Amino acid sequence: MTTNLVHKNEKKNNLRTRLAAGILLLVAGLAIILLFGLHLKPGQLTTFGLTPQGDKNVIPIPDLVLPVQPAIYVLALVAFFVGGWQLARGIHSTGILAGVVAFCFVAAFLIWAARDNSMDLVGMMNTSLIRATPIALAAMCGVISERTAVINIGIEGIMLVSALASVMGATLLHNLYAGLLAGMLAGMIVAGLHAILCIKFKVDQIISGVAVNIIGTGATSFISNRYMQLNLEKINNSGVFPNIPIPLLVKIPILGPVVFENNIIVYIMLLLVVFLYVLLFYTRWGLRTRAVGEHPKAADTLGVNVYLTRYVNVILGGLIAGVGGAYFTIGSVGRFDKLMTAGKGFIGLAAMIFGNWNPIGALGSSLIFGFADSLQVKMQILKTPIPSEFLQMAPYIVTIIVLAGVVGRVHAPAADGAAYEKQ
Amino acid sequence: MPPVLELRGITKSFPGVLANDAIDLSVEKGKILALLGENGAGKTTLMNILYGLYKPDKGQIFINGEEVAIRDPGDAIARGIGMVHQHFMLIPVMTATENVMLGVEPIRNGIFLDKAKVAKRIQEISKQYDLEVDPQAYIGDLPVGAQQRVEIIKVLYRQADILILDEPTAVLTPQEVEGLFKVLRSLIANGKSIIFITHKLKEVLAIAETITVLRSGRVVGTVNAKDASQEKLASMMVGREVNLVVKKKPASPGDVVLNVKDLCVRDERKNLTVNGASFDVHAGEVLGVAGVQGNGQTELVYALTGLAPVVSGEISIMDKPVRHSSPRNIMERGIAHIPEDRQRHGLILTFPVQDNLVLCTYYQPPFAKGVALQQKVILETANKLVEQFDVRTPNVFVSVSTLSGGNQQKVIVAREFSRPIKLLIASQPTRGLDVGSIEYIHNRIIEKRDEGTAVLLVSPELDEIIALSDRIAVMYKGKIVDVLPAAKVNKTYLGLLMAGVKPSEALQEAPATTKETEVERVF
Amino acid sequence: MNAKVTQTNPEGSAQKEAPKSEEKRRQMPRFFQVLLVPALAILTGFIIGAIVIAVSNDAVVAAFQNFFHAPGAALAATWRAIATAYGALFYGSFGSITEIFRGIQNYFATGDSKPLLLAIYPFTESLATVTPYILAGLAVAVGFKCGLFNIGAEGQFGIGALCSAFVGYSIHGLPWFIHLPLAILAGAAGGAIWGAIPGFLKGFTGAHEVVTTIMMNYISYRLSDWLLNGPMKATGYRPLTPVIEKSAMLPRFFPDPLRFNWGFILALAMAVFVYWFLFKTTLGFEIRSVGANPDGARYAGMNIVRNFVIAMTLSGALAGLAGTAQVLGIDHWVGQGFSAGYGFDSIAIALLGQSHPVGVVLAAFLWGTLRSGATSMQSLAGVPLEIISIIQGLVIVFVAAPAIIRWIYRIRTISTQTTVLTRGWGK
Repeated sequence: MTTNLVHKNEKKNNLRTRLAAGILLLVAGLAIILLFGLHLKPGQLTTFGLTPQGDKNVIPIPDLVLPVQPAIYVLALVAFFVGGWQLARGIHSTGILAGVVAFCFVAAFLIWAARDNSMDLVGMMNTSLIRATPIALAAMCGVISERTAVINIGIEGIMLVSALASVMGATLLHNLYAGLLAGMLAGMIVAGLHAILCIKFKVDQIISGVAVNIIGTGATSFISNRYMQLNLEKINNSGVFPNIPIPLLVKIPILGPVVFENNIIVYIMLLLVVFLYVLLFYTRWGLRTRAVGEHPKAADTLGVNVYLTRYVNVILGGLIAGVGGAYFTIGSVGRFDKLMTAGKGFIGLAAMIFGNWNPIGALGSSLIFGFADSLQVKMQILKTPIPSEFLQMAPYIVTIIVLAGVVGRVHAPAADGAAYEKQ
Repeated sequence: MPPVLELRGITKSFPGVLANDAIDLSVEKGKILALLGENGAGKTTLMNILYGLYKPDKGQIFINGEEVAIRDPGDAIARGIGMVHQHFMLIPVMTATENVMLGVEPIRNGIFLDKAKVAKRIQEISKQYDLEVDPQAYIGDLPVGAQQRVEIIKVLYRQADILILDEPTAVLTPQEVEGLFKVLRSLIANGKSIIFITHKLKEVLAIAETITVLRSGRVVGTVNAKDASQEKLASMMVGREVNLVVKKKPASPGDVVLNVKDLCVRDERKNLTVNGASFDVHAGEVLGVAGVQGNGQTELVYALTGLAPVVSGEISIMDKPVRHSSPRNIMERGIAHIPEDRQRHGLILTFPVQDNLVLCTYYQPPFAKGVALQQKVILETANKLVEQFDVRTPNVFVSVSTLSGGNQQKVIVAREFSRPIKLLIASQPTRGLDVGSIEYIHNRIIEKRDEGTAVLLVSPELDEIIALSDRIAVMYKGKIVDVLPAAKVNKTYLGLLMAGVKPSEALQEAPATTKETEVERVF
Repeated sequence: MNAKVTQTNPEGSAQKEAPKSEEKRRQMPRFFQVLLVPALAILTGFIIGAIVIAVSNDAVVAAFQNFFHAPGAALAATWRAIATAYGALFYGSFGSITEIFRGIQNYFATGDSKPLLLAIYPFTESLATVTPYILAGLAVAVGFKCGLFNIGAEGQFGIGALCSAFVGYSIHGLPWFIHLPLAILAGAAGGAIWGAIPGFLKGFTGAHEVVTTIMMNYISYRLSDWLLNGPMKATGYRPLTPVIEKSAMLPRFFPDPLRFNWGFILALAMAVFVYWFLFKTTLGFEIRSVGANPDGARYAGMNIVRNFVIAMTLSGALAGLAGTAQVLGIDHWVGQGFSAGYGFDSIAIALLGQSHPVGVVLAAFLWGTLRSGATSMQSLAGVPLEIISIIQGLVIVFVAAPAIIRWIYRIRTISTQTTVLTRGWGK
């Protein structure tokens, strides 16, 4: 279905890629020195807080104190080493190496940004997980839908609608869990609409997704304007899910405060990752789902109901996205504002692609995006010289880089995007 | 004993087309029925109805004397009907086990898939019917013959009693065909019944006991294989006296036009499918490349037309290397290409006929002045070509998708032949076409050869290659194994080479000096 | 040559032998058929919009609570709500016919043009609003023709606006025939670059333009935030640029406060250009081929990557021109949220206009007049203007799924060719 666009000669390609990758990694190492390693006063220290202040649940451990200059040089050295090795020997898993160097770069950046200062590292990791949650939920909605070859770019619209529904439900019924259910239901309904359009009416899946976005954005903004600003107390004031520390597990240093002291939506997201993984790869339903996504005709000839499989998976995805939408309101600020999802639905799609349509991969890439998100907030607090608007661009730029770098090397379900015609 | 399967009065029409017209068919238990007909006769439609993929407008189906309704493949499977499709219904990224168990998955502990159980059963079936398959292998890694075995196991796993095989030998060497026939005989010895769909006359006589011939959606007749001959079957299939031989005068080859040396090309999955191929083609001759599909022919053609990058090796056209040229560059040197997949690669279906006729030349004068298209010239040329090449179309403005397959191919031929060409590369030029169109295309190819064009013909239909070629090359696993003059051809020898036997060994089995007396036009 | 055999290819053949009843139905003139579905789509959208208006109106809700006592009052209230809303919409879009007549009479009687000008103000405002929609709609249409979904029109619009405004306010002392074209070119160039980036990415890496253009949108919002609060800020507190020089403004047809200007002519000129480009040039032929069948185009020797880049660059340039027209013709400065709404609107316009320049112009007329009137609907009838988004989304759905319209109204029409955009995520 897609055309092969790469036109480079093979042998040259191999050498060229190796050279390019190696040089890139070396440049990254150089950048570390130039950007962060200069103008440092000896004896500068960066303190990474590893125990959140005032957190009584966890076993306290001492902070990580690093001398800035040596640390940065060490990281740069690692990058040089990796880059050099890539140039000389060429490695198949360039991805891992890029990851290592990226880690060095980010670590150096943090050390530099917080020099002579302290930074709550554990807090930032926790924020990364929290910020990753809606992205991961959006990504998982995408995964389950695309595994049966239905592209859903309307996730943004679904999340807006469910954000609104959950806050309204929670406020009107004075119960946050009712709000969560309302959000899930709303997500299922909107996704069902997308499903009907794509599957029954064979509308182009991208157009349908865009329409869902437009209607979702329009409807929620309309309702927000018309009803919510005026009746704040009555329908737009739900309160927020409290953090629920999990006994025992929360005592673990670092891991405890980061993972085991969050609200229920974060826990649901983590459980969903496991659930979805098992579902897709170890159950009958998962096998059929994947078959429908790869070769619907083959599945059809073996008696699998292609249409039903797609409907159920898309609507299930809507439920997941519904939880994601609920995060924005009853999981975060307790009220609905227009357009509050700010593109997280689309970033979720990038996370899905980067994660190779695998729930665990989706979680991993969402964490990266979540980290970028929390980083820009932290940078604003630390008063780094980069204007805040540029920092805010970071998640979006990362998304583009991810898409550009990764698309050729991942395997999308083969029938992704095509409507299925039974004769 | 009633027949194990009987179809009565099956009728099915699609918008504007009557695909099956009151068809009666019956299969005896433990026997092989061949369903014979040319492309478009209605065979696949009929079998799809039997398998529950289509619903018949009229007619009844009886299994063991009892009338049944088959609403979907699930029903068909439940009734013991299994189908091995012409284009395999296998998922490349999944293993053989997963493909076999899809739809009937056993469960352990309530929710988890029990793959071990299925793998075991696959091994049992493999042993019983001599169908060698590795249950853990990924389909994408398996060669075509092995994939077909998986398809058959799929059907047997579901305890099918009636097996339908749709054109199963299209992807097999003559020796593999023999192997398949052995499996089929073993199946009927175990009490299964088989419907064998094909358009190949020789095979039909070799394997079937009864032959039902379809033409234009109707049953022309049912004969016993003992009483039938190729000529009789051919005329039943086509409805007239068929000339089984292509008339052509001997070639007078000139200089080398295309020279390929040690060519290596990768396919989309990064496998080295062309692995050191070398050959040349002279002006005024047809070089046919024989070989089972999947041995690198597709990638070879891609490399020659600039659509795939060359890993190593040389390609030169008229002594000029073309390794790094773009497709357009290559076209401008006088190369014409009739692609394998006419609808995907040869045409833009939604565009009008006239646009498709200038698809390769629209940017050159006189069709364009600078960037501006010269509509009048395009229209005149289009009308001329349509007449010259007998393309049946109401006018040149209709979308080319409304034309029949044969006429679509004529549009492509018209386009390619209307510019001065030195080399014609024809990939499966008559795939899926009716007899009239096949004749037409074959004649035009010979015509071009006689004008002095070098022709490279790539086709998995051995009979087509033998009919048209002056020299025949055999391609196996990415290499050209041998090149013979057509006069010296021996189908057995070719078949052995196509299966990977080295030329020296093959010579012992089938000396290459006898020419087969029957050369068949392909149906 | 052997004797010709008649075509016998019932299976898989597309040669249709239409039965007699189909012939009769085909009598409907093709022109009518092509318009029928979009027209019904719009109508249905408005009907649903009417329902939303009624349901969200306090008076109607109150009246319906009394429904069983006074059904007539409930229905009357419903009618009143819808009529007021759509009446305000119509007034905002076109003005009042009687006022226009009176204005004309007045003018011929007393030579005073003011009443007439005031009377035609709504309509000229509509035309002024239509201008950027034509350009933005063309932008998305060009993308569609190449099989690319440019959702980045909004970002390209904004960047184009900023670039043209910059040239407009920062260069002094140039005569208009240099300054104005320069500003226009700057706007087009800015949009072109913003569109070329996703085009390059798609061509060289296969990254899907839907996500990359949306990301470019968000990046452009942040970028413009920074520029408007920093380097491009006029003196004062508010984040907006200085007013552009008079020599960079698009001249207006009528005295203030009528804002209808030469941007409209520019937009129509670009529509003609796009028509010529797509259908009369080799480049356009290639772009349409790539959009219709990239595999076939490749086999025919066309360079897919080059066409993707050209299409996205042209698309970006057109969207940039839309922003330019808005700045140089209407506002004369750029502020935050300048480009809001144009993105999805332009998609709707391109879809409604079937990606053909003529259709796009007509659809832009519809959309522009609606948007222009919607502000009146909000101020006069109290209906939030987001309702237009809802109607818009519905219209997109109905146009993209003609099957729904056919099913609702039980009609049969020929299917018009829609480009298939969905080809998976790339490569």
